[in-house]
Amino acid sequence: MRPFEYVSADDPAAAVALVSADPRAEYLAGGTTELDLVLKDGVLEPGRLVDITRMPLREITRADDTLQIGALVTMNELAADPTVSERLPLVREALLASASPQLRNMATIGGNLLQRTRCRYFRDVSVPACNKRTPGSGCAAVRGPARMHAILGAGEHCIALHASDLCVPLVALDTLVDIQGVDGSRSVPLTRFYVLPGQRPDIENVLRHGDLITRIRIPLLPVGTRSGYVKVRDRASYEFALTSAAAALSIADGTIVRARLALGGVGTVPWRAREAERLLRGAPATGRTFQAAAQAALGDPFTVAGTAFKVELAERTIVRALQTVSGVPS
Amino acid sequence: MTRIDTSVDVMLRVNGSARRLRLDTRVTLLDALRDELDLTGTKKGCDQGACGACTVLLDGKRVLSCLTLTAQCDGRDVTTIEGLAPDGRLHPVQEAFIRHDGFQCGYCTTGQIMSAVALLQEGRAGSDEEIREFMSGNLCRCGAYPNIVAAIRDVAGRGTE
Repeated sequence: MRPFEYVSADDPAAAVALVSADPRAEYLAGGTTELDLVLKDGVLEPGRLVDITRMPLREITRADDTLQIGALVTMNELAADPTVSERLPLVREALLASASPQLRNMATIGGNLLQRTRCRYFRDVSVPACNKRTPGSGCAAVRGPARMHAILGAGEHCIALHASDLCVPLVALDTLVDIQGVDGSRSVPLTRFYVLPGQRPDIENVLRHGDLITRIRIPLLPVGTRSGYVKVRDRASYEFALTSAAAALSIADGTIVRARLALGGVGTVPWRAREAERLLRGAPATGRTFQAAAQAALGDPFTVAGTAFKVELAERTIVRALQTVSGVPS
Repeated sequence: MTRIDTSVDVMLRVNGSARRLRLDTRVTLLDALRDELDLTGTKKGCDQGACGACTVLLDGKRVLSCLTLTAQCDGRDVTTIEGLAPDGRLHPVQEAFIRHDGFQCGYCTTGQIMSAVALLQEGRAGSDEEIREFMSGNLCRCGAYPNIVAAIRDVAGRGTE
């Protein structure tokens, strides 16, 4: 673990200036990913940490039918928000199924979007082959034992999973990410924020060095929409997802009018299942429809021996989520 | 090359007392409590955010001290297990853990108790199922879970379910 300088920034402009000016500077918020990778695993070696937790980005406000959430709002604070409970139950369920109460008091919403993969090969610096950590070095996970890895958006260069629960409903809901950078501010839909690994697994999103997430904006679901989050894991709580699904349905006279679906535990990025949504819209809300949507959602998976089980498990997770949300039994 | 400053001055309010420290920037709150302030009641288990043994209250909320940088706690309130019984009288949760035999080897116990104190303040002791879910960030390798749940249920004022 190399020594680093610690600086606290008072406002976003100061923070952006501090990090932009120094290629070895990194932001520090809740610390649950950053400090783990810096202090414990030695995967990241910043020369300077710029603490942003004293900046005023802690507000949750509602403007018409959008919920605006400051990047430094904690996971527990967002889970306790009355609008989230009333209009975005899938977000609340995903938050409460995440990590532990202690970690949810620390981890921020902006940080959750940027959490790094749990791939053990990435986090173990004694493993030489990791294209995400050392571009061009290969992928030990593709050939070694793998389980908590991705099957969608994956390939021979990288099967590292994006392990966030929260980002699953957020991509389903067309959340916007507000970013402040050296050249000004911009907004990016979360569905276009992440970059598939392809040949360069080290590039994970559209942020440039020094860019700071200041806020996310979630369009509220129309009143009457039913939504939920189903998470399947190796133990009952305090564990990452093997598979998960966030679903939101509007059903009128037995026909699905609107549908949103996204998957967790399976993608190199939080996975929006657009093909499945197309199948669901206009179809009768039946078990047969849900099964067809689930198969379409998995598309063309890239599996290794350790992750092959996830295809069927993910399909069943989707069917369960759609059944639970719709109230239609199998 | 410019030499960078890798030390930091921090003022913590620990169990009600102001403590000033000059530390390497890398020191976690867990190590500051144990090694600088001799408050060894807070335990180092996994030291990586996976077990909950290092749970303390920061500004009244439960957090993991192993993944908290001391520098980030400047001017903030820290409560450790030592702060629950400042005058030697045990906290009701401590008494309940003894009454219900909520531990075996004891290593995870201080983290369990700090977490349980926070859980009760959060109002998450409505049922045994809720207690288990909201204590899930604290692992006990001896498996004292049933008695830990019983101790918390007792303090919450509910009888046997």
